[in-house]
Amino acid sequence: MRRFTLIAVPYLWLLALFLVPFLIVLKISLSDYALSIPPYAPTLDFSAGWQGIKDLLSKLDFENYVFLTEDALYWKAYLSSLKIALISTVLTLLVGYPIAYGMARAAPEWRPTLLMLVILPFWTSFLIRVYAWMGILASEGVLYQFLSFLGIVDEPLKILSTNTAVYIGIVYTYLPFMILPIYAALEKMDDSLIEAAEDLGCSRMSAFWLITIPLSKSGIIAGCFLVFIPTIGEFVIPSLLGGSDTLMIGKVLWEEFFSNRDWPVASAVAIILLLILVIPIVLFQRNQQLQREAEG
Amino acid sequence: MKTKLMTMTAVTALVAGVAGAEEVRVYNWSDYIDESLLEKFEAETGLTLVYDVFDSNEVLETKMLAGGSGYDVVVPTGSFLQRQIAAGAFQKLDASKLPNKGNLWSVIEERTAQYDPANEYSINYMWGTTGIGVNVGKVQEILGEDAPIGSLDLIFNPENMEKLAECGVHFLDAPTEVIPAALAYIGEDPDSKDADVIEKAKPVLQAVRPYVAKFHSSEYINALANGEICVAFGWSGDVLQARDRAAEAENGVEIAYNAPSEGALMWFDQMAIPVDAPNPEGAHKFLNFIMDAENMAAASNYVYYANGNKASQEFLIEDVIGDTAIYPDEATLENLYTFSPYDPRLQRTVTRMWTEIKSGV
Repeated sequence: MRRFTLIAVPYLWLLALFLVPFLIVLKISLSDYALSIPPYAPTLDFSAGWQGIKDLLSKLDFENYVFLTEDALYWKAYLSSLKIALISTVLTLLVGYPIAYGMARAAPEWRPTLLMLVILPFWTSFLIRVYAWMGILASEGVLYQFLSFLGIVDEPLKILSTNTAVYIGIVYTYLPFMILPIYAALEKMDDSLIEAAEDLGCSRMSAFWLITIPLSKSGIIAGCFLVFIPTIGEFVIPSLLGGSDTLMIGKVLWEEFFSNRDWPVASAVAIILLLILVIPIVLFQRNQQLQREAEG
Repeated sequence: MKTKLMTMTAVTALVAGVAGAEEVRVYNWSDYIDESLLEKFEAETGLTLVYDVFDSNEVLETKMLAGGSGYDVVVPTGSFLQRQIAAGAFQKLDASKLPNKGNLWSVIEERTAQYDPANEYSINYMWGTTGIGVNVGKVQEILGEDAPIGSLDLIFNPENMEKLAECGVHFLDAPTEVIPAALAYIGEDPDSKDADVIEKAKPVLQAVRPYVAKFHSSEYINALANGEICVAFGWSGDVLQARDRAAEAENGVEIAYNAPSEGALMWFDQMAIPVDAPNPEGAHKFLNFIMDAENMAAASNYVYYANGNKASQEFLIEDVIGDTAIYPDEATLENLYTFSPYDPRLQRTVTRMWTEIKSGV
């Protein structure tokens, strides 16, 4: 009985917070637009009982999914989101790894403070931090003031409202998600392994490549997934920092919802996005599982 | 810790419970009221006013069509109001609770009846035009003394726009405002519901697209005021607010607004009560408060938009009532056109075209 309860709780959790919302969105994606509240038809008639459910199912179709294949906008937006997510992940890794490495190498009494500094920005609203970047990157913003004070630039910057600003925003926002797992992996590493490698004639550089990187692999993989997965569907950063030509699926979804008021098509876009994300999510889960077994 | 948490939850529930009966929740456009009026309303009625803002009709409409927004008063623009009435989103107003309704101006009521027949569901809050705001000094510096600042030629002629791009141009991110203007520019019916006619707006907009720094519906107020941009295709009162902010800052920026000579869109922002408003009683009190001549005048004097309240006109400052950019003269009034909503299929075509214009895809 206890065993059953132990299993039931997480499954109920998944059912309530994942499966039910998913089914609702799936159902809307198979419906048609209607000028009503809510703005789609048919809706489930509970009073009709089983017959109501049958009626509902008979009226659903895949029309909206067919529509998505007919317009190049959608696959271009998916591809562009994938590209932006991929580049952002690589950039975040390049910035995050040295920071995590430095933290793991720091004197043990300093580490809690450094860790705190990485987590500290979370105490401020994410939205406010993105707005702060708008102030920094604006054509005559803080960054421009600073650079022109140093005499490096003499004309207003053109960073805000471009993809460059989107990359800066994403790397900044998701950096802690990259640093923390890598730091966790590096911290557990036994320093004597490096000493042994150097004793056996390895240079510092090749010891880093041959010992440190492979041992932090699980942290790198975890960090990359934690950055990549949410970045694909990112909406706030591209809409605040990006320009009108920044094409991301999150923005397309917003437009379907708000400009076209077409909830069924918007839901279809969301379902496809979810299907695209299932692959990296499953890979991530497997990686975590393998790691747990290895540590077993 | 657990006890503390439970106490907190209980207290929050209590506060919410009490406040529920006493609150009026208003959802209005950003930068659209003299905020001292909000305090005055609370003092007069003893109700707590929760005042939230938005900057696009699309966001408001999605909340209305989702239902259960929790707002008691919302302010959609006429063409959006019409569609939301059709969807059953609003309740009819109870005239017996609105003694100030006699203050309204029949000239405006006749026009808003296009969207809300017999004005049963809404009252006019403000109205205005969509036109061109310019930083006079900069534009004349670039295009010369005789720059066509009163004509759509300024923003739809690529030759002008190419030069203006260096000082910055913003357009509203609202296809239902920009596309009619592009149609007016090429001499087509701006309110056309013919897909082939609407399609003609595309090349006009694509030709100037490279020179538009941003499509956004509220940032241009500050951008114009602080000299960051020199031209904005935007809403009349917003541009005039920018003019005021620049004057207050004494930064040497001189802003002017013109309703384009080719014709300008005239729009009406209407206050209405959602069908599921938690406090319709309080909502009526708010509408009645707004329709008070002095209150309405205070709002217009602050935001520089014309209102649909005849009785308020004696309390308007000369800067507002005497400015033809706000209260147009007869000749300009003739030149204004109104806009009615697209059906869903056409709406999709228009949104798709807008995305293509903006992002090239």
